[in-house]
Amino acid sequence: MTIDAITTKFEPARSSGQFSTFHVGDLFFGVDVLHVQEVLCLQPMTPVPRSPDVIEGLINLRGQIVTAIDMRRRLHLPPRAGGQTVMNMVVRTVDGVVSLLVDEIGDVLDMDADTYEQPPDNLNPATKELIRGVYKLKGQLLLVLDEERTVDLAIGREA
Amino acid sequence: MGALASSQAEDQEIVREFLIESHENLTRLDRDLVELENQPKNAALLSSIFRTIHTIKGTCGFFGFSTLERITHQAENLLSQLREGQRELTPLLVSLILETVDATRTVLASIEKSGEEGLERFETLTERLGLAAQLSVEVENPLTPDPVLMAAPADSIAETGSLDDWAMPVEVEPAKKEEREATVRQEDTRSKEDRREADRSKEEDAKPHSTVADSNVRVGVGLLDKLMDLVGELVLTRNQILQFNTEREDAALNATSQRLNLITTELQAGVMKTRMQPIGGVWSQLPRVVRDMSVALGKQIRLQTEGADTELDRTIIEAIKDPLVHLIRNSCDHGIESPETRLAAGKPVQGRLNLRAYHEGGQVNIEIGDDGAGISVARVKQKAIEKGLLRPEQVDKLSDREALNLIFLPGFSTAQKVTNISGRGVGMDVVKSHIEKIGGTVDLFSRAGEGATVRIKIPLTLAIVPGLVITSGGERFVIPQISLLELIRIEGDATERHIEYVHGTPVFRRRGRLLPIAYLNQVLDLQSSSSREAVNIVVLQAEDRQFGLVVDGINDTQEIVVKPLGKQLKGLLLYAGATIMGDGRVALILDVLGIGQSSGVFAEVQEPGRGSGRPQIELAVELQRLLLFRSGAFERLAVPLSLVARLELFPRAMIEYAGGGPVIQYRERILPLVSLRSVLESSGMDEADRTDPVQVVVFTDGDRMVGMLVDQILDIVEEAVTVRQKVGRKGLLGSGVIGGRVTDFLDLNEIVQVAAKSWFQGGGDTVGRKVLVVETSSFSRGMIRSGLDMAGYRVFEAATPEDAVRELEKQPVDIVVASLDLAGDGSSELLAAIQSNPEWTKIPVLALSSSPVPGQSAAVLRAGFQDCQTKFDHERMLESVAKLVAPPASSDPRAVDAERWHQQ
Repeated sequence: MTIDAITTKFEPARSSGQFSTFHVGDLFFGVDVLHVQEVLCLQPMTPVPRSPDVIEGLINLRGQIVTAIDMRRRLHLPPRAGGQTVMNMVVRTVDGVVSLLVDEIGDVLDMDADTYEQPPDNLNPATKELIRGVYKLKGQLLLVLDEERTVDLAIGREA
Repeated sequence: MGALASSQAEDQEIVREFLIESHENLTRLDRDLVELENQPKNAALLSSIFRTIHTIKGTCGFFGFSTLERITHQAENLLSQLREGQRELTPLLVSLILETVDATRTVLASIEKSGEEGLERFETLTERLGLAAQLSVEVENPLTPDPVLMAAPADSIAETGSLDDWAMPVEVEPAKKEEREATVRQEDTRSKEDRREADRSKEEDAKPHSTVADSNVRVGVGLLDKLMDLVGELVLTRNQILQFNTEREDAALNATSQRLNLITTELQAGVMKTRMQPIGGVWSQLPRVVRDMSVALGKQIRLQTEGADTELDRTIIEAIKDPLVHLIRNSCDHGIESPETRLAAGKPVQGRLNLRAYHEGGQVNIEIGDDGAGISVARVKQKAIEKGLLRPEQVDKLSDREALNLIFLPGFSTAQKVTNISGRGVGMDVVKSHIEKIGGTVDLFSRAGEGATVRIKIPLTLAIVPGLVITSGGERFVIPQISLLELIRIEGDATERHIEYVHGTPVFRRRGRLLPIAYLNQVLDLQSSSSREAVNIVVLQAEDRQFGLVVDGINDTQEIVVKPLGKQLKGLLLYAGATIMGDGRVALILDVLGIGQSSGVFAEVQEPGRGSGRPQIELAVELQRLLLFRSGAFERLAVPLSLVARLELFPRAMIEYAGGGPVIQYRERILPLVSLRSVLESSGMDEADRTDPVQVVVFTDGDRMVGMLVDQILDIVEEAVTVRQKVGRKGLLGSGVIGGRVTDFLDLNEIVQVAAKSWFQGGGDTVGRKVLVVETSSFSRGMIRSGLDMAGYRVFEAATPEDAVRELEKQPVDIVVASLDLAGDGSSELLAAIQSNPEWTKIPVLALSSSPVPGQSAAVLRAGFQDCQTKFDHERMLESVAKLVAPPASSDPRAVDAERWHQQ
């Protein structure tokens, strides 16, 4: 792995070094804190019939209609157990504001570029597709979510 | 006054805006004054000048620019007298006022440079102005003593002045406010308004409303959009409160919410108005369009506009821009005649194009009229038949108005020739769809010889629309009211009887006509939660088609704020957007067209015995234009319109028999006919077909032509069609649902083969055999091809050996016919290429030489060609080809057809 590869691929999310973290299943993710608009508990959801599976529905975010994407389905993980909490992580993307439904919200963490690495090649392709890179923390890995790719659902491909 | 307390920087910004605005005003003042000199009695012009000076004065007072205020105040007094009719305007007075304008400019320049008014006090000017106001001899022309002034003592004039001052604050106050927030701009349209105002009394002129009406506030579009959003929110909140109110019985809450309701409605209307722009903005480019058109076409056209100040939501203005230009071009091109024609018709040489906009019933009407030849109904009808859009007897039944509206059909153009200006065959249909997209309608009126008028009706705004809230599968949805025709509720046992099934497709008899029915629950894959007791049908219209949508419940109508869906959902055609309901939850807005298209497909899935398993292969789900017709027991058959060359009507007597099959002389050719009945039902054509004239669908395939006899042509539709292949009857490709009804798709290949068989009876089993002709000269190729075509072969062409190889890679052929005249040693190369590919070794290759050379034939055969013939000796060539081709290859014609369906 060359240094060039890292810098070119990881430029947009690296600027702040601060990441809002969250859990989906047993995966630990981080999104550039500057791209996170807010975090909400579960909102009343309006399902969208015949939309791709990963779209959980629409929420009313103070008058703005925001699409909610279920991260579990997006990552091809098994569905949540009944009664498990769901949180909305509202992120700003090029395609507008989108809410990611995650299991649990973590802290905002400061990340050191030294601990950064490209996603390992043997990562599950469904996960790898959505990941910019990995930070090696003590005892666990923080996966840096590529929110642009996460919300890029070509209708029809998923349906 | 926030402005006084605000920071220095803000003040500077306001001063800057004041300067910009004042410069604009002064420029116009110069013009107005000169104009006024020519028409001293023009009260409107005078009022306009007065107000301009007055605005500057008021603003100066506000900023504390005392010199400027003094000058303008004196000028204002003078103008006030003029306006009041107390004295006549003289050139001297005009000069004086112009001098004031110059002085004002000087001071403004100084303010711009240093922020101060400068040292010059313009005392003499002020004095002279003051004197003039008091009828000083040095400015007043003694030869024209003013009778009013003579009668009025000086102090009474002074009183008038002070009265003016006293009246000022009323006028100044709003002006000040506006300037604090933005810039007051005097519109160019003002003089027009003034002319209208001229009729009003002078006292009215002095009232504040005219000042305000004349000044526009410049506000950023962003701010307006934000305001609109906020009002949208307020509307939603209002809806919530109203809903809350209905659940309570609280008189006070009731009264408050009613008031809130009223205020919100008014505010909504007000803010909506801020987004309004005069349509004139779009029109400004039209004179140029007309001018360019008239030059290009050698016509003389004058464009007259009326109602340029009619206001519309800016989003709508954007949307109608292109359709308008198109219509104008159309009128210039097709409507208005050439000067010679006009002269001959006794019309003025110069054609007139009228553009008119006006408000009517909450909508905006835009009319584009010309005094040209009008639209010839006969020509429209004829064109519709020629284009295969309608059959002659259908056309005969049309009223003139209906016939005119044929112009809006896709692919219609009445222009005699296609010009590069308009008339590319796409046109009016595009205009119509554009207008309909924004909820508008297009109408066409025409009087032969007198001209045509297109009237567009469009809504004022799109942002907030009335909608019907319905429920289905436990979810709420909104249907835009514009697509809504009526609501039908069937209660009790009648339910079962009312919704009937035709080929498994539900229909409803509405006033004697069948209305295709779709179930929203099925379209959206929802669980139906409705009881069987009642059925709610929402009758909808999308484009020109109507259908009934069965929903679980109908709630009420509401003003909804249309919000776009995120990009992730844009691809779903079922929804037009979303909105927020009274309870704060999101509801989806249904796209009626999308639902209609989608439901057609779903209607078939629910057909008994077909829904489960879905073994059918979906061949195509695309928008197709289809020709629908009837033949014998087959009530609804379809072929893609793109494969149809023409629709014809022949008297039965024209049918002749040749080669054992029916034919007809058609366009100097012999058109083989095939009776669809004989193919599909194996019944002879004569026993059942007694209709006269007969309807024929003409297909062409390369040079081949086949006419298909059908019982009746039903319709042409454009729909998303899912063809579900099934093993079925010979001649059918499969079936799908079109317009909510099951329709069989014809296997055209089969039909063509039948036709070819009957036509080339005894000509050997040539049908379907594929021949690849390789020849450099396209003329020779055509000659060879036509011979093979006539014999019923399927001919492919290639100009070079390379092309030939590519063709062969695309599809295997039964024989290759190669010219020996290919460039270089092309024919040998080709032969080598064919022989080197194991898949092709079995393909015979026939060589064609242009002129027989003794011994050549033997040499060619030695080289590996199967045979050698002379070019253009068709008989020999065909003989040889027939000899060489092996029994038909096992290529499946259906596969070829399926490919074709895909390509549609």
